[in-house]
Amino acid sequence: MATISRAEAEHLARLARLDLAPEELDQLAGQLDAIAGYVARVAEVVADDIPPTSHSVPVTNIFRDDELRPGLTPQAALAAAPDTEDGRFRVPRILAEEV
Amino acid sequence: MTELTRLTAAELARTIATGETSAVEVTKAHLDRIAAVDAVVHAFLHVDHDGALAAARVVDERRRRGESLGPLAGVPLALKDIISTADMPTTCGSRILQGWHSPYDATVTGKLRAAGIVILGKTNLDEFAMGSSTENSAFGPTHNPWDLDRIPGGSGGGSAASLASFQAPLAIGTDTGGSIRQPAAVTGTVGVKPTYGGVSRYGLVACASSLDQAGPCARTVLDAAMLHEVIAGHDPMDSTSIDEQVPAVVAAARAGASGDLSGLRIGVVTEMGGEGYQAGVEERFREAVDLLVDLGAEVSEVSCPSFSYGLPAYYLILPSEVSSNLARFDGMRYGLRIGDDGVRSAEEVMSLTRGTGFGAEAKRRIMLGTYALSSGYYEAYYGQAQKVRTLIARDFDRAFEQVDVLVSPTTPTTAFPIGERADDPLAMYMADLCTVPSNLAGNAAASIPCGLAAEDGLPVGLHAMAPVLADDRLYRVGAAVEQAFLNRWGGPLLSRAPELEVVR
Repeated sequence: MATISRAEAEHLARLARLDLAPEELDQLAGQLDAIAGYVARVAEVVADDIPPTSHSVPVTNIFRDDELRPGLTPQAALAAAPDTEDGRFRVPRILAEEV
Repeated sequence: MTELTRLTAAELARTIATGETSAVEVTKAHLDRIAAVDAVVHAFLHVDHDGALAAARVVDERRRRGESLGPLAGVPLALKDIISTADMPTTCGSRILQGWHSPYDATVTGKLRAAGIVILGKTNLDEFAMGSSTENSAFGPTHNPWDLDRIPGGSGGGSAASLASFQAPLAIGTDTGGSIRQPAAVTGTVGVKPTYGGVSRYGLVACASSLDQAGPCARTVLDAAMLHEVIAGHDPMDSTSIDEQVPAVVAAARAGASGDLSGLRIGVVTEMGGEGYQAGVEERFREAVDLLVDLGAEVSEVSCPSFSYGLPAYYLILPSEVSSNLARFDGMRYGLRIGDDGVRSAEEVMSLTRGTGFGAEAKRRIMLGTYALSSGYYEAYYGQAQKVRTLIARDFDRAFEQVDVLVSPTTPTTAFPIGERADDPLAMYMADLCTVPSNLAGNAAASIPCGLAAEDGLPVGLHAMAPVLADDRLYRVGAAVEQAFLNRWGGPLLSRAPELEVVR
């Protein structure tokens, strides 16, 4: 089974959009490797013909009637926003400089 | 009259209903108790002093007008800070949501309010309910009222500690891998994880959606049952909510208190014991099993071989769902935002926000989930874990053909010292060894106090597991065991907890 190196941990942090300090990465890489080694035990189970379970109590998708019902007001939706402008969420630029 | 904070929820409800006391008096007594002891326990992240008194006044007013009120009207409750409340902050124990106010109430919150239950405040938890000790709270750990240097369990340590320190007679917890039951066990209180889908998840901030379930926490089995009936039931706002009759849990608790378990078949899970289990825990557990026999139950041993793969499967499925659920905390629409200087891109701001706002355990699980879901590893990890989940459900199905209820210790050890496992995530995960199978299979399970371990004098929990939608069986067994121990001990287990030093 693969191990989680520091380089791999750095790659995972990037994928997960987590800005981590070097010492955090050092510690996490070791811990993740130990945890991955433990959870890899699931591979011992021979389960070729076993169907996977994603949900313990089987349910099918449920649709509600397509009718108007009250939702959040714009004020309520924006109340917890880190920043707003003209009644909308203000976000940092989406594209990087060099693009 | 006994001090109000020492009464059970059922007793409080009765004395309020008869007019011996009022909801306001009861609420004040609990707010006073919080002021006196919570500086050392740290069960609450937020106390809604004025809101609680206002809600209590409404109950008293409605009573004066002769309106018919619910069976728990006027009784105070501590709400885990992962359940949304429109009038209080909801932080999930995370810096990323510090000070956040939900624009709406969770269904559970709404049901509590409609029942006239007085919400005292929001309780501490491991960040986004990830942990077994509350040490992962961004706002500092909760302390176990039995020994303030020890953990109160987690993630719902705040809710359990509030009960054990008589700051609230009722609390709400959420259980993704044992977060109601393990804190109940280590604090000498009662905690029930209902059948998955039995209580609405609408407004419960998601940890792992296929495992999360809110449920009742209390000091007695009957109180837990009464609270269960308030919060359970179908909710069209939650697509995984079960559209069936709520099991008759209060009737089951009352029937169980008669102490007759004859005809009930109980199975002891072979795989939940032995290496890694504290001697005092196993001793109390065996004593509880002997008690079940005395009460008339037919006890046998049942093997569930796939349970030994429950914990590894859980620690693949949970992080995978967490890595997806916590992606919503991107610093754009709510919560913390770091580094927005007009130059940095959204992606950079997102990474800085998440790097600053999440604690170590949240980061570990997000990264582990990202790893488990990566292409190339998906089949070996997540895919295989989902198959193990099927095998565990099949073990339960087979077991429940032979017995009505399964039992085990709730957690392998008593409360450990704060800090002991903080740097060893795998050791921390072992606290969930007995509790995760019921989350993976979605069935109902509970923890009931069964005494103190000889070596450290700390509480031990009896874990009972029942089939999907047979939650009532837990209450029957729980109430019978509780009553028998009450007779044997001459008082509830919590009467043996040390008195906390009171701030005046």
